[in-house]
Amino acid sequence: MLPFVGRRALTAIPTLFIVTLMVFAIQRSLPGDPALILAGEQRDPEVIAFIRQRYRLDDPIPVQYVAWLGQLARGDLGRSLRTNERVLDLIAAKLPVTVELAVLSMLVAVAIALPVGVLAAVKRGTAVDYGGTALALTGISVPNFWLGIMLILLVSVRLGWLPASGYVPLSEGVWENLKRMIMPAFVLGTGLAAVLMRQLRSSMLGVLRQDFVRTARAKGLRGAVVVVRHAARNALIPVVTILGLQLGALLSGAVLTEQVFTIPGFGKLVVDAVFNRDYAVVQGVVLITATGYILINLLVDVAYAVLDPRIGAR
Amino acid sequence: MVASLRRLLAVVTAAVLTFGLAQTTLRIGLAEDPDVLDPALARTYVGRIVFASLCDKLFDIDTSAAIVPQLATGYTVSDDGLTITIDLRNDVVFHDGTPMDAEAVRYSLDRAKNLPGSNRASELAQLDAVTVVDEDTVELHLSTPFAPLIAQLADRAGMIVSPTAAEAAGEAFGNAPVCAGPFRFVERVAQDRIVLERFEDYYAADQVAIDRVVFLPIPDTSVRLANLQSGDLDMIERPAPTDLGIMRADPNLVIPSVPSLGYQGITINVANPEPRDHPLAADVRVREAFELAIDRNTINDVVFGGEFVVGNQPVPPSSPWYVDEVAVPQRDVERARALLDEAGVDRVSFELMVANNPEAIRVGEVIQALAGEVGFDITLRATEFATALDLQEQGQYDAFPVGWSGRIDPDGNIHQFHTCEGDLNESGYCDPEVDRLLDEARAAPTNEARYELYRQALERYLPDRHIIYLYHTVLFFPHRADIEGFQAYPDGLIRLQGVNLAQR
Repeated sequence: MLPFVGRRALTAIPTLFIVTLMVFAIQRSLPGDPALILAGEQRDPEVIAFIRQRYRLDDPIPVQYVAWLGQLARGDLGRSLRTNERVLDLIAAKLPVTVELAVLSMLVAVAIALPVGVLAAVKRGTAVDYGGTALALTGISVPNFWLGIMLILLVSVRLGWLPASGYVPLSEGVWENLKRMIMPAFVLGTGLAAVLMRQLRSSMLGVLRQDFVRTARAKGLRGAVVVVRHAARNALIPVVTILGLQLGALLSGAVLTEQVFTIPGFGKLVVDAVFNRDYAVVQGVVLITATGYILINLLVDVAYAVLDPRIGAR
Repeated sequence: MVASLRRLLAVVTAAVLTFGLAQTTLRIGLAEDPDVLDPALARTYVGRIVFASLCDKLFDIDTSAAIVPQLATGYTVSDDGLTITIDLRNDVVFHDGTPMDAEAVRYSLDRAKNLPGSNRASELAQLDAVTVVDEDTVELHLSTPFAPLIAQLADRAGMIVSPTAAEAAGEAFGNAPVCAGPFRFVERVAQDRIVLERFEDYYAADQVAIDRVVFLPIPDTSVRLANLQSGDLDMIERPAPTDLGIMRADPNLVIPSVPSLGYQGITINVANPEPRDHPLAADVRVREAFELAIDRNTINDVVFGGEFVVGNQPVPPSSPWYVDEVAVPQRDVERARALLDEAGVDRVSFELMVANNPEAIRVGEVIQALAGEVGFDITLRATEFATALDLQEQGQYDAFPVGWSGRIDPDGNIHQFHTCEGDLNESGYCDPEVDRLLDEARAAPTNEARYELYRQALERYLPDRHIIYLYHTVLFFPHRADIEGFQAYPDGLIRLQGVNLAQR
């Protein structure tokens, strides 16, 4: 088990290196000059020159890249060009917000997908199955931002049940926090729920046909026990894969959802940074995201090994 | 005895509770997240909205954009225009308790002028030195007479910061600014909120009835409005003009408005970085035909529901600096056609770079359709803001509808756009005579003399049509109906003096 984890962790290093190279190259090849944006409407040439010099924007790009790598090696992600805050602090402040959103969305997704997917497979070809499929298609097809705005108009403006947007940290009250997270988590969770549900349904169908399920039934186990304890557990393996892969989709979905609900998270941070050409922030966020992504996939591999011991032994 | 003590306790508790409940918080939705809150370094329009509650200035404007004293009590200008003597209030303290005196004014102006990377340096370029006459008087010494200076001091350049706090904080001053405004800084969470609270020792404390102000950046106009309608916000700025119908139908909202000081126009690249031989750049008749092909009212009606004000000059028609004799031209297709014939061209193709947002794209589409009827084949190039800025700066564009938020003094709307070396002259236009007139207008002693010079300059640069002025935005400040006493100012700042929140 341990060597398996170690091997997988080692492959992450070259991947991360390529990520640093790409994020740097892509950003610098974008048109747009951060100094021009920073100088504001007035665009005073002296201010522009000062900004260029201060943030070393005039240096050749390879020099800037090496300087950044040097910073990284010292554990320093640099400072935001726009607000002069440390990128690490910014990320530390925003990451928990998005992680909370992602976790809540996954809970929403799993809570919807698990029963619906299993039921759709067990009751294949019935109204339950078709209903579930229709629900899933709706979930995938409806864009996040549209669903978000519609929810705000209905739940906040019309009914006045929940605040329309914003964020309150958990430390200022769990309910105050959740009040503002319910809608975004639901919006983000529905799309994922649809994907998970479809995946679970087809993998359940496959498992239900297998010999060991027939054996379990032949042993005289009740239908529910067969489905939950024997079939569902095996059907979950591909679903866990999808869950890991979908984390990327969840993060990109969070970008839009955070915009709509004005949640000061990671997604909003990176979007604003891209539009302001805040190089240091974009680089930092992409790097941390990539690291997170690699970590999650590592965890998924480990989860496989737990769910199916044959994988780790290979 | 015990009973009366108990009663007393009950009364005190009730009083404390009532007082606690009476805490009023005003929540304002901003269209963007402000940049750094240091008056010397700040550069965004929304930042100015926050500063209006945080940092008082030497001068301010009234609702008709006339300059009035704020931290100053008045000023005099020497005959040669080179010395301005400013008298100060003597009852002002900063949020840290230190006195706002002549020395603090000297310190703040020096800082605004000399802080590395200061965005105020160019606004104070003519200011040579500040001397302290006595505790309540400063003298400003200028290198050359500069009439717009007082107007600059009615904006960020005139914000006085606490020298003690500025020295202690150094570069980090903008993270927790200490000024002399009606509210003091409490906290800021980037991209989330800025919180201010009432400053008890404010010199005009009786005008401040709100206990706490929270600014929340919410860029999406629909979401900003939804928050206002649901009561999560009390006021928003810059709503979508097309949403005004919904807002007016809502009995819980009131919508004060005022025409802005700025303008929206089309900048045409005539010679940036070098004279171009494209017919639109090379032949003024083609540009005139283009202007006559456009119907300003159609743009206003189609894109902005007729809510904005059409115009043809760098200042709006409501401004005292507007030249009435130069009226807004009407669309004239025949004359436009004739001009193209005169210029010897049948159809002219060019690219119109537009900002990549729905509103700007629609403006571009209306222009495209109108001008197409006359003989202009316009390709719209929707360009993300940062890229557009870059292309504009490098002169890689034909024409670009772009605006200016406006300044109190007309110089701020004109000089830098029309002088040969102007920082914001992106069209590459250059006429030494216009330079001379605009330079003289800066130094002229009276407003009458300045108006005359601006009129002469306008009559010279306007026919060249390197900037075709189209319309002026109107600033709307929709707020909940239980807010009393709010007035809209043409500089778009939200002033909370005199604003009251009815009990909820």
